[in-house]
Amino acid sequence: MNIYADRGNLLVLAHRCAWRGIGFELSSSGIGEPLYPDAHDLFYLGGGQDRDQRLCAEDLIETKRSALHGAAAREAVVLGVCGGYQLLGHSYSLGADEIPGVGLLDVRTVREDGPRLIGNIAIEVSLGDGSPATDGNDRILAGFENHGGRTYLGPDARALGRVVKGHGNDGRSGFEGVRNGNTIGTYLHGPLLPKNAWFADWLIATSLRIEGSELAALDDGLEKAAHLSARHAAGL
Amino acid sequence: MAGLLAPKLALARAVGAVSRLRGGGASSAPGKVLMRLDPSAIGKLGGRLQRGSVLVSATNGKTTTTTMLAEILERAGLSLVHNQTGANMAGGIASSLLAATDSRGRISGELGLFEVDELWLDSLAAQLRPRAVLLGNLFRDQLDRYGELETIVDRWAAAVRTGPARDSMLVLNADDPVIADLGRERDAPVLYFGIEDDSLALEGMAHAADAKHCRRCGAPYVFEAVYLGHLGHYHCPSCGQARPVPTVIATHVTLQGVQTASFTLQTPAGEAEVALSLPGLYNVYNALAAAALATALEVGLPEIVAGLQGTKAAFGRAETVTLDLELTRGAAGGQKSNQRDLQIMLVKNPAGANEVLRTLALEPGEHDLLGVLNDKIADGRDVSWIWDADFELLAGRVRRATCSGTRAPELALRLKYAGIDPAHIRVQEDLESALREAAGDRSDPHAPLYALPTYTAMLAMRELLVARGEARSAWS
Repeated sequence: MNIYADRGNLLVLAHRCAWRGIGFELSSSGIGEPLYPDAHDLFYLGGGQDRDQRLCAEDLIETKRSALHGAAAREAVVLGVCGGYQLLGHSYSLGADEIPGVGLLDVRTVREDGPRLIGNIAIEVSLGDGSPATDGNDRILAGFENHGGRTYLGPDARALGRVVKGHGNDGRSGFEGVRNGNTIGTYLHGPLLPKNAWFADWLIATSLRIEGSELAALDDGLEKAAHLSARHAAGL
Repeated sequence: MAGLLAPKLALARAVGAVSRLRGGGASSAPGKVLMRLDPSAIGKLGGRLQRGSVLVSATNGKTTTTTMLAEILERAGLSLVHNQTGANMAGGIASSLLAATDSRGRISGELGLFEVDELWLDSLAAQLRPRAVLLGNLFRDQLDRYGELETIVDRWAAAVRTGPARDSMLVLNADDPVIADLGRERDAPVLYFGIEDDSLALEGMAHAADAKHCRRCGAPYVFEAVYLGHLGHYHCPSCGQARPVPTVIATHVTLQGVQTASFTLQTPAGEAEVALSLPGLYNVYNALAAAALATALEVGLPEIVAGLQGTKAAFGRAETVTLDLELTRGAAGGQKSNQRDLQIMLVKNPAGANEVLRTLALEPGEHDLLGVLNDKIADGRDVSWIWDADFELLAGRVRRATCSGTRAPELALRLKYAGIDPAHIRVQEDLESALREAAGDRSDPHAPLYALPTYTAMLAMRELLVARGEARSAWS
């Protein structure tokens, strides 16, 4: 699936690895194609329109479910954004219809009556160990959300962050996204990583199983300006 | 009914005059007032048009296609009521009808020619009962406002199959699978247009391609040729749905940089060479769409060709203005009579931006760019679409990029990840300063400055240029 400029996330990972001399190879796994849990350091699931999402959901269950569980078990990074986030949970209910998910995250998503949750958003996240942050581990992720589904956390789920501005998972709880080890789901696109280069670096370091401080510093003047622009748009 | 309508017309007109005096180009204000006074005013006034109305909608190209149609239809001797400022929702169309109606309620026009916002097609068709509807393309655009592409497709399908446009002649782009599918399962006639030129085929689909799966059965389409986004020659290997054979066709397409394009136009009435004063394949599609609707209205081929060739760039769409560098430098300006051309190319979604970038890449040498990214409601609050546009086409081709607008830093970052050296990228959020700095980089009218603004940025830029006397007002 690729909507809402998922390509931006991939470009940022590719360039920030290349500028540091870290080898980066991108492969895609389309409908019906197998997925190998040990072949990759990071697995990315983007967003899709309802129709595409349904096609992808069937395929995820049929051909990729066990590989994703295998990848998560060996602590590879799995990142789902928007539709990808919803499909990493247990299920997505549209009225009487229920699309099953991969079940890597303890969440259920429901399409309810009421408006889509749309707008600029900023959340505060605490990534704990492995964070490249030098100014404390609580950091801001800024982006744009646009989802009809409301995502509810199960007893085993821990939110990715606290909503500072915007709607978040369900528009009420004040939480956004979910994290289970190195598996992360979030509604933030816009896209996510260009607006939050520090988080891209956290993903790269975590994928490589190194400390963030071991990554070579880059000239991030434009990255920081873009981050501030997105925060400002969210009203922060 | 006219007796009841007349005072409402007068009141709405007065409100329009006041809002203009206040300095706004508020082209939809009087219409909005009229709609509040009489919600069925569009139907009542439109019903007085002797030859009825035609509607034009698409994600990209509505304004240019309608401008071309106006040129053609006027040459064919038709007098038009036309929403030429691009105000394309109910208020704008009501304003156009109001402006054409005199104090006795008589309308000065035979045919209504209206470009229509995608989400307003069904309700405006219900009021106007159009004799023909032209649907050009659907690309993803402003997901925060329009929702998913499927939502629009479903509404359009309902409108043209069982809804208010079920009896209208349909003019459809055969090369857009989503649009072409709308022509099936209906009784009223359909006329298809399309491009047939193997030399234009791209390798693979663009990142922003939107219609990969068959509307009928969900299987992925097989494309024999992709011309632009998801437009091309295709078929579904599963259910057999295929591109309809068009009756109005462009062959032998030649694209000449940012200035012109030409092609051979084939219609049932014959064949002719068309030389456009507009650039890019997207404008060939616009011209073909206009030619097809004109053909459906039984306009002769000579008028069609003359109209297409006589069309100048619409408002902010490949329009060129000459900047006076004295003005851009302010009172402290240096040399005299320094001038520089500024070409404005609206970009508002990935598919449209890709065609502009592709056209720009046809020009040799290094370019100076002024990109203006706004995130107001009319632009779409979500600016992620810039990551789906192929700015990579300009890598190594940018001498200086100035980024402006409410989300300027994010555009600058996009250019950096597209492979443009950050040392060549400047961020200046204020538009007037950005224009001054970008234009002042080089005083050579033969090295044009290319402006790529989003919709509200384009309006702001034109307003600035009009105030300085460098561009003509669209409202005059």
